Amino acid sequence: MRIWPAQARGTGETMAQITLDKLAHSYLPDPKSEADFALKEIDYVWEDGGAYALLGPSGCGKTTLLNIISGLLVPSRGRIVFGEEDVTHYAPEQRNIAQVFQFPVIYDTMTVAENLAFPLVNRQVPRDEIDKRVAEMIKVLDLGDKANRKARGLTADEKQKISLGRGLVRYDVNAILFDEPLTVIDPHLKWQLRTKLKELHHEFGHTMIYVTHDQTEALTFADKVVVMYEGEVVQIGTPEELFDEPAHTFVGYFIGSPGMNVLPCEVAGNQLRLGGQDISLQRRYQQLDGIVEMGVRPEFVSLAANGEGVPISISAVEDIGRFKIVRAQLEGRSFNAVLPEGAEIPAEATAVIDPQRIGIYQDSHLVRGEV
Amino acid sequence: MVKVQNNKAWFMVLPVLFIVALNAIVPLMTVVNYSVQDTFGNNVFFFEGTRWFSEVLASERFHGALLRQFFLTATILAIEIPLGVAIALTMPRTGFWASVCLVLMALPLLIPWNVVGAMWNIYALPDIGLLGYGLNWLGIPYDFTQQPVSAWFTVILMDVWHWTSLVVLLAYAGLQSIDENYYRAAQIDGASRWAVFRFIQLPKMKHVLTIAILLRFMDSFMIYTEPFVLTGGGPGNSTTVLSIDLVKAALGEFNLGVASAMSIIYFLMTLLVCWLFYTITMQGERE
Repeated sequence: MRIWPAQARGTGETMAQITLDKLAHSYLPDPKSEADFALKEIDYVWEDGGAYALLGPSGCGKTTLLNIISGLLVPSRGRIVFGEEDVTHYAPEQRNIAQVFQFPVIYDTMTVAENLAFPLVNRQVPRDEIDKRVAEMIKVLDLGDKANRKARGLTADEKQKISLGRGLVRYDVNAILFDEPLTVIDPHLKWQLRTKLKELHHEFGHTMIYVTHDQTEALTFADKVVVMYEGEVVQIGTPEELFDEPAHTFVGYFIGSPGMNVLPCEVAGNQLRLGGQDISLQRRYQQLDGIVEMGVRPEFVSLAANGEGVPISISAVEDIGRFKIVRAQLEGRSFNAVLPEGAEIPAEATAVIDPQRIGIYQDSHLVRGEV
Repeated sequence: MVKVQNNKAWFMVLPVLFIVALNAIVPLMTVVNYSVQDTFGNNVFFFEGTRWFSEVLASERFHGALLRQFFLTATILAIEIPLGVAIALTMPRTGFWASVCLVLMALPLLIPWNVVGAMWNIYALPDIGLLGYGLNWLGIPYDFTQQPVSAWFTVILMDVWHWTSLVVLLAYAGLQSIDENYYRAAQIDGASRWAVFRFIQLPKMKHVLTIAILLRFMDSFMIYTEPFVLTGGGPGNSTTVLSIDLVKAALGEFNLGVASAMSIIYFLMTLLVCWLFYTITMQGERE
């Protein structure tokens, strides 16, 4: 079901990709070093109609980036372009975006229907058009029985639906931004609301940018996940790419449960030396400077009893049902393995690492060797 | 099994009851006593029933004072509440100037009431006061000691000067508690300045404004010191409001029965209006 006639969307002025052109932001008036930037330089194009997640821990700059896109903040450097139009200095209301905040923002004294009508009333849309859109939106959001109730008495998830509805009800919205919208929602409703979001994304085809620190939310919602760490975009990729080939050790830690094993090692050519053992890699590496580490996901580690592989000492085994997590130490550092249900855990175990799944990191960034 | 109930803890309430009796119930009962009796001294009292009450309620003097009282209170509320909200809206939200504004606003509230009356008395004197002299110099005939209109103007101006700050501070506190994201959302929704005020700021200020209106109503309804020092209820009895009339009856004319009956009517009226106002606002809240 498509709610709006096709020509309402899909015309030149409402269809737009969002280009971040050498964008950077510092909250200091006169930033001197790289560390002064809350958002380090980013160059990226958000495709029209995509579902994106901005993932990272608190204080990593994701809200800064979101506020720059929505126009609440003017970046210190670079441009932001919607379609062909440079909107860097446009106010939020000139930008055709909608935003859903962490804590639901509703207009207490208005009814649900009046809340949804508010952005249209402000834009002087004719009354009958408003009524039509609001009625449809109430149906889409399953708020039918509450349309004429004061918004004040609703539950948090209903309020969040209204916040979202105020964006969806507009015909001129290019992108909808979400700033950790499920924070105050009860766990069992989170899943419902997230499903609703996906559904609405398919139905309306708006570009959606979703900020969160929860990997499950990000990975289930988004087609593309932008991982941020200390003001820097460290990787942009599909959930599979983030899992298979983390571009930064932080992505390895942050995505996956338990996170990637990261250990200091020595690399020469295609030989990796770890825990007193040599492992032959699939790729050949040039001389590496700085801190050299290897990363492997616990899913690609198996245990052997015959002394093959790297010696580890097992400290705990967590049986999760479908699989087992083995917590161990390798040269005094924590090292995890995920084994299938029912796997034997040898008493004197060594870890066998799948060489195809090993990534080599120089100063936390992935180095791609020659095949 | 019988549940043993030990109610000895109620004795703990006795000290409080004793203090409340001394400072509230006993003085109030004195007034109630006087309001139903008559005396010619020597501690001899005659029971008069509701005579003083009917006398007060029928007297034109009381009607006049009551009318002036309502006029004063209504005017003060009509000026101070919107003015206070308007000033609070223009004050900076953070930083050095926010503190400066707060201190400036708090100043009038710190001045003792009779000092305020004396200050404005001198300030408004037509021959030597800056305000009085200035107005006359501009060609506006002004003399609060002779003209009722001038007297009213001065009483109201004085109260606005003294008490608008209270409304400002309360409204400002209400505004400060509004989350930044409300303004952001409203901006994205394309709301006008008026819509932001009407749908975000005003609803969020509702509780503090309720308090402000209640406080200003009670204070202005019971106002005594400032107009007494400024005009003494004059010229004639043109600015004689309830409290001034009450003091005239009780202390000036030593008419204890009438004054007591007046006190009780006065007290009940204040209580009634506050209760009505509170109930109506809270009613709206529940819907």
